Amino acid sequence: MKLSGSDIFIECLRKEGVEVIFGYPGGQIMPIFDKMYDAKDIRFVLTRHEQGAAHAADGYARATGKTGVVVATSGPGATNLVTGIANAYMDSIPMVAFTGQVPMALIGTDAFQEADITGITRPITKHNFLVSETSKMADIISQAFYIASTGRPGPVVVDIPKDVSVNTSDFHWPKKQHIPLGYSIPKAAAPEQIQAVAEAIRISHKPYIYAGGGIIISGAENELLRFAERINAPVTTTLMGLGGFPASHPYWVGMPGMHGTYTANMAFTECDLVIAVGARFDDRVTGKLTEFAPNARIIHIDMDPAAIAKNVDVDIPVVGDAKAILTQLLEVVDERKRNGWNEHIETLKRERPVFYEDKKGTLMPQYVVEQIYEATKGEAIITTEVGQNQMWAALYYKFDKPRQFISSGGLGTMGYGFPAAIGAQIGRPDATVFDIAGDGSIQMNIQELATAVQYKVPVKVAIINNRYLGMVRQWQELFFNKRYSGTDIECQPDFVKLAEAYGAHGIRVERPEEVRAAIEKALEIPGPVLLDFRVDREANVWPMVAPGEPIYKMMEGHEL
Amino acid sequence: MKHTISVTVENKFGVLARVSGLFSSRGYNIDSLAVGETNNPLVSRMTIVVHGDDRVLDQVIKQLNKLVDVIEVFDMPDGTYVARELCLVKVKSTTGARSEILEVANVFRAKVIDIGHKALTIQITGTEEKVEAFIKLMEPYGIIELIRTGKVAMAREMNSDS
Repeated sequence: MKLSGSDIFIECLRKEGVEVIFGYPGGQIMPIFDKMYDAKDIRFVLTRHEQGAAHAADGYARATGKTGVVVATSGPGATNLVTGIANAYMDSIPMVAFTGQVPMALIGTDAFQEADITGITRPITKHNFLVSETSKMADIISQAFYIASTGRPGPVVVDIPKDVSVNTSDFHWPKKQHIPLGYSIPKAAAPEQIQAVAEAIRISHKPYIYAGGGIIISGAENELLRFAERINAPVTTTLMGLGGFPASHPYWVGMPGMHGTYTANMAFTECDLVIAVGARFDDRVTGKLTEFAPNARIIHIDMDPAAIAKNVDVDIPVVGDAKAILTQLLEVVDERKRNGWNEHIETLKRERPVFYEDKKGTLMPQYVVEQIYEATKGEAIITTEVGQNQMWAALYYKFDKPRQFISSGGLGTMGYGFPAAIGAQIGRPDATVFDIAGDGSIQMNIQELATAVQYKVPVKVAIINNRYLGMVRQWQELFFNKRYSGTDIECQPDFVKLAEAYGAHGIRVERPEEVRAAIEKALEIPGPVLLDFRVDREANVWPMVAPGEPIYKMMEGHEL
Repeated sequence: MKHTISVTVENKFGVLARVSGLFSSRGYNIDSLAVGETNNPLVSRMTIVVHGDDRVLDQVIKQLNKLVDVIEVFDMPDGTYVARELCLVKVKSTTGARSEILEVANVFRAKVIDIGHKALTIQITGTEEKVEAFIKLMEPYGIIELIRTGKVAMAREMNSDS
């Protein structure tokens, strides 16, 4: 029996086990939306902006480990997805984005709402497809999901011209996964490489584990824990790796880099062996490259051969999945005895913790995060926006489990956290989901309040409201002579009234003693709540390494 | 340093843009790029000549390998491959110069493929060096038009007895 392209689309999503689609309709995608109307087994969530839909699909993917799905129309619908796609690409998030397209015959004619979305997204997708014939739809969709979710995951765009979604074809779901000729996924590492790693660890006096988002993607948290305990090495987790190793573990030294802990950065500087697993030596981690880990040999374990030796010279490269490689290592690596290095790092950790100056009677942003941590018993899923709010969330909420911290790491997208929280909550209905936001970022996708209210998504948003674009202001204070160019946003909506206007709850908090009760109240309310924490205007994120400086040159917790 | 990169790809629309995009997004100019179908019509092969910083090129090659449509990438070290290019030169030929030009062409085993009252069009095939030497010799006569395919390269057969 012949099916329309739109029917084939729905059947393919069923075969892929898709439970939720985030999206927004429009002219060229209407035939597909018409079929989605009947597909009651696949939940559709209408956001209020396509960017919100892309971030929600991304948040859903990060919270669940499943592939996020977003659908938008051609032209502006597709271009509005671009930031969300780039965001997923930078953080290796599995996502399939379907876009409508003008009919094949009109492509290239500047037709109404036409945009070359496969051209536009080429550098920000793992792969993309234009479905040129209805008969190719099933094969392309199955490849799209396969490519998005395997190897180093990433977003895949599938562009569907309107006539392709209307025309009919036989429906054949590929019996065996069609794997493109040039696509391969590294499996186990060569035994020589594993032996080389084991030997490097055996002769090391000061080993240091540097774990990134690859741990979470791979689900390697248990193997990482066993590995760290076997070799008795301190562990740092990057922003993307938070929760990949328990923050409550005595070996955890915090996050490294520009806003990393003193211990995490000094450990890089002093260690004689870096064991990088699923991390990519980002410039925000390494600081000045020539002075990064100057005494260390570097082992780099990564799924992506292109990530290895991209930024630093690597002594022992190991290509493969973090979980598989750590499992191989656990078979051969001997226990390493604790030594003075461990005691030294533990002393640093005790004596140089992250701290902030608590101005009496002033509501401090760090205190708000600490209280959210306490009130949620450290078990909430935390999403963040980008800027100071993100760094305070990373530094003051302690993550013990993977998929608990959801943040735009690579692209640094303001406006990410709130729609991502909605997606995460839809994927994990039983979890408490908190978006730790800034007053600047939250206004970038505030329209999604309507989505949260419509679908009764009980996310809590904590706006760390300092009436500034705080991170940029901090840089202006430190490096631009306090010239606050374009960063004062004192003119802002009444967030409590705004929440109420959307049919959500709003709570304003101005004094430290009100914080805990407000959070508890928000947690009791069954729907979405916006908390407006009016915090100290000029609090800074400490520690900090100035851009271009080596990471051991840290400015610590003193307001200038 | 100059690199000659051989890339086999799936013969599909958009592949050339994906490949060239990896160079252009890093500010690299491709010196030459030749592409065509192989004996398998589903597969095309490109020869890309590019020069630049080795670390960046190493990254580009790794990224090429990651492209879903790219089947294989070889950065071919000098001496391990044979390469040829083809060049068409339209050169002014006054009656006096014509025989001289034909003589040079003969030495280079180039072919005259079009002949007019005022110009000759010559096809020359060979290594880059040979083609360049020929072009130099034609310059004094006045080159009207010139086009080069860019080189195509193939790894040498490495036999144990060779």
